[in-house]
This record gives sequence, C-alpha cells and structure tokens, in this order.
Amino acid sequence: MHKVYHTVDNLAGSVVTLRADGVKYGELAEVTSRTGTSLAQVIKLDGGSVTLQVFAGARGIATDARVRFLGAPMRVPFSDALLGRSFTGAAKPRDKGPELHDNLIDIGTPSVNPAKRIIPTNMVRTNIPMIDVFNSLVESQKLPVFARAGEPYNELLARIALQAEVDIIVLGGMGLKYDDYLYFRDTLDENGALSRTVMFVHTASDPIVECMLVPDIALATAEKFALDGKKVLVLLTDMTSFADAMKEVAITMEQIPSNRGYPGDLYSQLAARYEKAVDFEGAGSITILAVTTMPGDDVTHPVPDNTGYITEGQFYLRNGRIEPFGSLSRLKQQVNKDSREDHRTIMDAMIKLYASFKETQEKQSMGFRMSEWDEKLLKYGERFESEMMDLSVNIPLERALDLGWRILADCFEANEAGIPSKLAEKFWPKETQTQADAAEPQSDVADEAEAPAESKNADTEAKDNE
Amino acid sequence: METKGKIVGVNGNMISVSFEGAVAQNEVGYVCIGDNDNQQRLMCEIVRIRGRVADMQVFEDTRDLQIDDPVDFSGDLLTAELGPGLLKQIYDGLQNPLPQLAEQCGFFLQRGTYLAALDRETLWDFTPKASEGDRLTAGDTLGTVPEGIFEHRIMVPFALKGPHTVKSITAAGSYTVEQEIAVLTDAEGHDVPVTMMQRWPVKLAISCFEERLRPSETMTTGVRAIDTFFPVALGGTYCIPGPFGAGKTVLQQTTSRHADVDIVVLAACGERAGEVVETLREFPEIKDPRTGKSLMDRTIIICNTSSMPVAAREASVYTGVTLASYYRQMGLNVLLLADSTSRWAQALRELSGRLEEIPGEEAFPAYLESLIANFYERAGYVRLRDGSFGSVTIGGTVSPAGGNFDEPVTQATLKVVGAFHGLSRARSDARRYPAIDPLDSWSKYPSVLERERVEKLRVILREGNDVSQMIKVVGEEGTSINDFIIYLKSEMLDAVYLQQNAFNEVDAATPAERQRDMFDVVEKAMLSLYPYSDKAKARKFFQSLTQDFIDWNQIDSDLPEYEQRRDAIFKKIEEAAANA
Ligand SMILES: Nc1ncnc2c1ncn2[C@@H]1O[C@H](COP(=O)(O)OP(=O)(O)O)[C@@H](O)[C@H]1O
Ligand SMILES: [Mg+2]
Repeated sequence: MHKVYHTVDNLAGSVVTLRADGVKYGELAEVTSRTGTSLAQVIKLDGGSVTLQVFAGARGIATDARVRFLGAPMRVPFSDALLGRSFTGAAKPRDKGPELHDNLIDIGTPSVNPAKRIIPTNMVRTNIPMIDVFNSLVESQKLPVFARAGEPYNELLARIALQAEVDIIVLGGMGLKYDDYLYFRDTLDENGALSRTVMFVHTASDPIVECMLVPDIALATAEKFALDGKKVLVLLTDMTSFADAMKEVAITMEQIPSNRGYPGDLYSQLAARYEKAVDFEGAGSITILAVTTMPGDDVTHPVPDNTGYITEGQFYLRNGRIEPFGSLSRLKQQVNKDSREDHRTIMDAMIKLYASFKETQEKQSMGFRMSEWDEKLLKYGERFESEMMDLSVNIPLERALDLGWRILADCFEANEAGIPSKLAEKFWPKETQTQADAAEPQSDVADEAEAPAESKNADTEAKDNE
Repeated sequence: METKGKIVGVNGNMISVSFEGAVAQNEVGYVCIGDNDNQQRLMCEIVRIRGRVADMQVFEDTRDLQIDDPVDFSGDLLTAELGPGLLKQIYDGLQNPLPQLAEQCGFFLQRGTYLAALDRETLWDFTPKASEGDRLTAGDTLGTVPEGIFEHRIMVPFALKGPHTVKSITAAGSYTVEQEIAVLTDAEGHDVPVTMMQRWPVKLAISCFEERLRPSETMTTGVRAIDTFFPVALGGTYCIPGPFGAGKTVLQQTTSRHADVDIVVLAACGERAGEVVETLREFPEIKDPRTGKSLMDRTIIICNTSSMPVAAREASVYTGVTLASYYRQMGLNVLLLADSTSRWAQALRELSGRLEEIPGEEAFPAYLESLIANFYERAGYVRLRDGSFGSVTIGGTVSPAGGNFDEPVTQATLKVVGAFHGLSRARSDARRYPAIDPLDSWSKYPSVLERERVEKLRVILREGNDVSQMIKVVGEEGTSINDFIIYLKSEMLDAVYLQQNAFNEVDAATPAERQRDMFDVVEKAMLSLYPYSDKAKARKFFQSLTQDFIDWNQIDSDLPEYEQRRDAIFKKIEEAAANA
C-alpha cells in the first residue's frame, strides 16, 4: 500500500527532490539505488515536490532510484533487549546480534512541561575531587566536557559512567573513531557494565546524516527507560561532530548560515537535545554528560559557545586535568550544602588560594620578588595540582575533603587560609608535618602575610551558607 | 464568513497556505490534521502574504502535516486574555497555563492542546464603580474586584473607540470572567456587552492613558551597584548583556524578588527550563517583606524555554509585555524581566531564514533593530485618565555570541535602553558578583544618591583601575604610595559596595535607605586622606576596614549591632586619617 516512485529530480549532498503526493512532513522513505537501500526523511514539502534527506547520503543515487514512502516518521525499537547491544546511527545492529523490531517508539519527542519538573537534589558521585568537591555533578544535570581534540575526554566519560550509580548507560557516539568505540565497549565490558549499556554509535566513516540521528535516538531510548523508573546516564561524544553534521547538511540545502557556517537554529537544535535531561517525579531520571570538542581550543567557537548558554555548567579539560577556572556546575549549590558541613568552605578556600597561587606564579615569571607568602602559595599550588587536580586521583568526596584540610594545614597557618574560625577549630588538623620549609622571612613579610584576608573578602559564600 | 485555506508547502515550522477570501497579516489560523477521532488543531500565524498564498509560522511541531491539509483562519490576531486571575499564573508563550496542561497531559507538552488562560469557573467579587449614564472611554474603570493584595480594575475594553455610555451595570456580587457585568452604548447607539475579561492583540501596544512621562523615579532593585551607580527608573528600560555563566539569570532572579514594584512579570524566553523551576517552586514559599504575602502573589511567569516551540518563544515576550501593560492600566508599577532577549532575536532569525529574506549581519533580519526598539518602547511611566500613575519597566538580558558585545542584538538594544549593565567574564571569573562592569556600564536615570557624590567615587574606581594596570607592569615596588592608596581604595569600594552576595539573606538586597546610610560611610572612607608612607601598613588598614564593612553588610539593620558597627567603622576611618 506504500506509494512507490521511480523518478528523482534533483540530487545534492545528502538531499534528493522528487515529485510525489500524499506525503507527510517528517515521514520516512526507503531509497533504493544501484548502491543499495537507505532510509530517508521528508524535510520539505513544496506543492507536489518532496525533499528527502537520505541517511546514507545521496552518493550513487540515480535519477531512476526507487523511492518508497513508509507513512510514518523515524521510530526505533525499545525493550530490555537493547541492553548490552550496539547499533548504528540508523539504529541497525552494529554487533552480531539480531535486528530488533518490537515496540517501536518515536524519536524527537515533545519537551517536558516545565511545571512538571522538580528541583534536583541528588549528587552523582564520581570519586574525582575536581568534580565531587569543586563542581558536583547532580542527577538530571546536563553538562558538557569542553576540550581540545586529543584530550582524554572519552576516558573521563567512561570513568564517570562506571563510577556513577546509575541503572542504565546510553552511549551516543557521533563521529567516533572506531578505536574509541571499541574502547568504550571493552572498558564497560571489563567492568561488568556492558549488560546495562546500550550504544548508538556513528563512526567517522559512516554517512553524515546518521550522525544527526544519534542524539535523538539515544535520548528517546533514555527517556523510555527513565519513564520506567530507571536512573539513566547518557553519554554523548562528540556534540561538535553533531553540530558539524547539521552545518554540512544546512549548507548543501543552501540555508543562510549565521555564524562560521553554522545554521541559525544551532542553539535551538542543541537545546532540544540537552533539555531532555530531567528528573521525572515518581519515575527515573536522565543525566547527560557530553563532549564538546573546541576547534582551536576556542571557547567562543559557536558550538561550545551555544552549548555553554544551554547546559548547566561545563567541565574544562585541559592538559588532562579538569581546570578549576572556567569549569562550573550550576547545580552544585543544590547538593553541596548537605554533603558535609565543611564542603563549601573547602571548595571556596582551596579555589581562592589556587587563584592566588596562579597570580604568584605570574609574578614569579615576571621576575618580581617572592615573599614568604608567595613561597607558601607556590608550595600549595604544586600540591593542589598533583593531589587534587590530577585525574588519576580516585577517592570519595569525604576523603577528598580530609585531604583538602591536610594540604591546607601543611602549607598554611589556620588563620591564613580564609576559613571561618568555627570550622577551622573543628577540622584543621592538629599537628602538621611542616612549617620548617617555609622560606626565610623577607622585608615585605608584614604586608604579604595578610593577603588571605583579601580572599576572605572577595566572597563569603561559604560562611553564609552554613 | 470564515476564510479557509489549504497547505501548499511545509518547511520546518513554516507552512505555505493558499486561501480564498480575505486574511490579515499576523492573523491566527489553525491547521487541522488527523481523522475525526483524533483530530488536532495546530495554531499558526500569518507572517507574510504573497498573492493568494500566506506563509504561516506554526506554534507547534509540524510533523505529519501534508499538502492539502485544511487551515481555518480565525479573523483575529494573536491575542492575550486579560482579566482577574492572571497573577500567580505560569503560562507558556501563547498564554496556556502550564500547571493545568500538566494535569491534562502529564509529563510532556502535547501539541494542539490549548487551554483558557483565565479560569472560567472562579467567582470574583465585583464592586461597580461606574453608574448608568456615565460616559466612559477605553481604559476607564467600570468596577473592581480584589485579586490577592490588589484592587483589580475592570476596565472599559481597550479596543473600544470613542466615548461610550453605560447603559446598565450589574450590582455588586460574584461573577465569573465570562458573565456580563455591563452594557455600554457607543455613539451610534449600538450596545456592547462587557465581561470582566477582554482580549488584546499582543503585538500592539496598549495606550489608553492620558500621557507618557519621562521616567524620573528610581526603581530600587536592592542591588547597590545598580541603584547607586547604574540605576533603573520606573517606566525605564535596561539591558544586561553578558557571556554565559556571568550571572545574568541570578541577577534577574534577585531583582525579581527585591525590586520595589507592585508586580513582576518574568518572561523565561528560550533558556533553561531548570531555572524557571527554581522560581516556580521557591516563590510560593518566599514571603514578600513588603506585603507579608507569598512572592508568587505578585508574580506572573511566562515560560517558553529553549526546547519549547520556537515560534511561541517569539510570541512570549509580547505576551509578557501585554500582561504588564494591562496591570499598568490599574495604576500599578510593573516590572517585566525577559531572559533572554537574544533567544527571541534568534527565533526571529530562524523565521526570517525560512522566509528566505535577505539577511543582515550574522543572518539576523534587517528589521531586527526596529523590532527591538518597538519592544522596549512599550515600557513607560504614564499618567492615567483618572490621574493615577502606572509604569512598565523592562529589563532584558542579552546573550551575545562568544560574549562579544559587538554583535547585532547587543548593539541594537544599547541604542534604545536607558541603562546598560554589562557583565564581564573577568569579574565573574574572579567571583566578583554581581559581575556588572563598573567602567563600561552606564545609566541615564537618577540614582538613589546625589549625582556629584556618586561621580566622585566613580573617579576612584577609574583611577584605581589605571593603577592596577600599572602595577601589573612595574610591580608594587614601582608604584608611588599615593597611587597605591587609590588602588587600595578602589579595591575596597568594589569589595564592600559593588560586590554583593546574592546568597546571603541580608546582603542579597540593600534597600535604598540603607544604601544611603552605607554610602555616607563608604564615601568617608574613600575621600579621607590617609598619610601612610608604608604600603604594607596602608594595605593592612584597608584590608581590615574591608572586613569590617563586609561583616556590617551582613547585619540586619533592625539590630542594635548595626548602628554600633557603623559608628565603629566611622571612628576607625577618622583615626586612620588623623594619625597615620
Ligand atoms: N551574585 C552572585 N553571587 C554568587 N554566585 C553567583 C552570582 N551570580 C552568579 N553566580 C554564579 O554563577 C553561576 C552562573 O550564573 P547565571 O546567572 O546562571 O549566569 P548566566 O545567566 O549569565 O549564564 C551561578 O550558578 C552561580 O554559581
Ligand atoms: Mg542565564
């Protein structure tokens, strides 16, 4: 009963145009040509002319290709049988498992009514101090990792996925290197997590349009699991490939680009995906961790820029470490109040001292004199970087907080660290290893020794939130 | 007769419709899809007419639309329902009440489901104010109903032209918004039945007032950097551009709580749903210090967040300003906060792209500037026909690409607003909140303090900044003590006056009176001469003074400690100036 056509009028990029009627906007068609069969989606209707986006690309499609309309938009199978499996961006098996046909669900579903959302309250523990202590990840948060290509962002994602106590992991790979796909698969498998994982992976060698489908398929699947009461973690890597795929298609369709070739609706397109992160009252939740590679390490590039306006913060991964500056979890306030009473204080104090360390480092490089206070900061900065920032550190939040106190006590006097005295009394470690290796007092000690007061002034958030 | 049409093209959320009969620009229509059991009517609006074909933007997902699907034209422009019951509501951009939609549809928004903005069952206690035989015009009061803490005026519909005579008016009693409460007769003798509810096209300004006046009274927000240095006036306009994470939303959230106005309309336009959730879950719990009632009682939320349909996002700012203007007609001061106007501009850009219009800079439509100007022009301080005053103040955030203010939306906005609060990445990175840049920002409105006094401190900020640049090059060693003290002063002024902790209950908002009190002391600290010769000593003094100020900032002004601390600081300054 599906209508079949045999004449294609125009071909460009992944887009073909033909004359047909009774076609619905958004429905799928099957395009068969010498090179094989591909799915395609209706993206424009103009009188009797229908424009299709061919998932496998239009290459090799002949003007006499056979086009059969399927009468329904893209749907994907949903069941527990997905778990442990991997699929392509067109939802075809990528492993050797059987093709699934049951219980088809729509992708690109409507958005959640804001009135039904709730304020998120559960911390997702990662055992990475730069996250747990300084920018806590929260269940139902949407958070990207901003990084230059080549940074270990996929390793970071895999590690968080294994650590986080979630029921289901959905991996959406876009433009993923095949080796990286194998890395995810093997790592999850070795750690016994593959059986609660489903992967939708578009690799760099697959057709570009399939790349554009991955987030929708991954998120529609995640949404179903979440509505069934599951805590779902969605990993999307790399969203810049997704945006680039949209750019490529928009340009072949001769749309007017807005900024560096990207289509004017880039923001809305990204937002439609990220806003799928949600906590369903009385059911499960979706947390989204994504990778956004930054071409040229430039955060003002349209993809990271638009992403930053959409997501609830971002982790900056630079030189294999999560940078404290620029990284932000906008939801951390929701969870770091009740974790432990010293959490916010350690978070604020350590970051401010690290900022002072950075300034001292700059002064040092300019050749200005180093005071005793500067020496203390230099020592502190080194320990902060190796014991807190290094991604190999793998300790629970409480131990990280204890370690924070230890580092502070080893480097500073209790009244120098900008800590409210009430907390210092309770938490400041009593005996410290050192004081001996502090530098010789110098002439300007007097003024420099007061420097922490400045940081205390800058922000008293920790104090007030007790 | 209703005009009918048929779809001849679909491209994203844009459809082309061929029609018979007459249609108007911006007229609303409905596409009918599905069969009889499962019919959906999707709302859309004409954005262009070419010959017998109208291009329409659909306020919903266009999936499954087909060539030849029927379209009914309504004959009306996109309108908002105005009447008692708007306060406390949470609407989408088309004025659908979201909580009621959730009751009906569950977790997800369902396309084609439209609900009445005003509840049809609620009874309102109407007290007539006009009498039979009165000659009235649009906007004049017929009667009042109590709506929470306000006396809600039921007015002669704004759309009525010329004088009307009250033919009959109902007795005091309880009525629904659909019940007739009066009959008016126009100049030609036609009767016009009137209810407590009227409709108004959102894209047209409401102007049933006597005259528009220059905004001259400060609208205090409780943010010291704003009220003292870059003030906003009742009926004025201002914008907050800033890169992501600089604190635009937090600043608007504090303003929405503390601004000294009667009513706040929050238009969450195309940004995160989660942020609105904070407001709509928290406001009902927060007590408004001025009224003792819940903050929600004076708030309306228009919520068209980023994943909701783009065309409705475009409508949302107009819906917001229409509701704000409606309450202004009752002699109230209303503040409209829109976060973010850039998302509205992007919605226009998407629309323009689909219409294949010739693009302007960064593909924004060439008419962007005039639309932005028109929107902000709907603010204003007005004298109503009964002699009372009302105002609509508009504050919009701008989200410039890459945080660079040199882009079309920021630039077009700067041309039309009366105050500019530019947020800087450097300040937010240094956690100097609110991150309003004290050197770049400006305002044309009167401050809570005298101009000349503020100007003197502004100079210190500017000079201190110059010195701090110099220190970076020559080090503290190479800076003269006098310059160094200016630098210390400016840092202190920043830390104790400009910076404000939004999460501290007391510091979050400083009322005007307290700002004046604080300013006296800060001014004293800034203008005193300190004969220090040693930089270390000078720094130590300013650091401890800064700490004293910050402690003082967090003391409730009703406590005796408040006065004590102020006096102590004053004394400390005098002593330092005398002996150092
Ligand atoms: N006044 C403030 N005091 C303390 N923290 C703030 C303040 N303003 C912003 N922040 C911090 O910055 C983050 C981002 O602020 P937000 O207003 O959401 O930025 P924007 O809307 O500009 O993207 C907040 O989550 C909060 O942690
Ligand atoms: Mg914001």
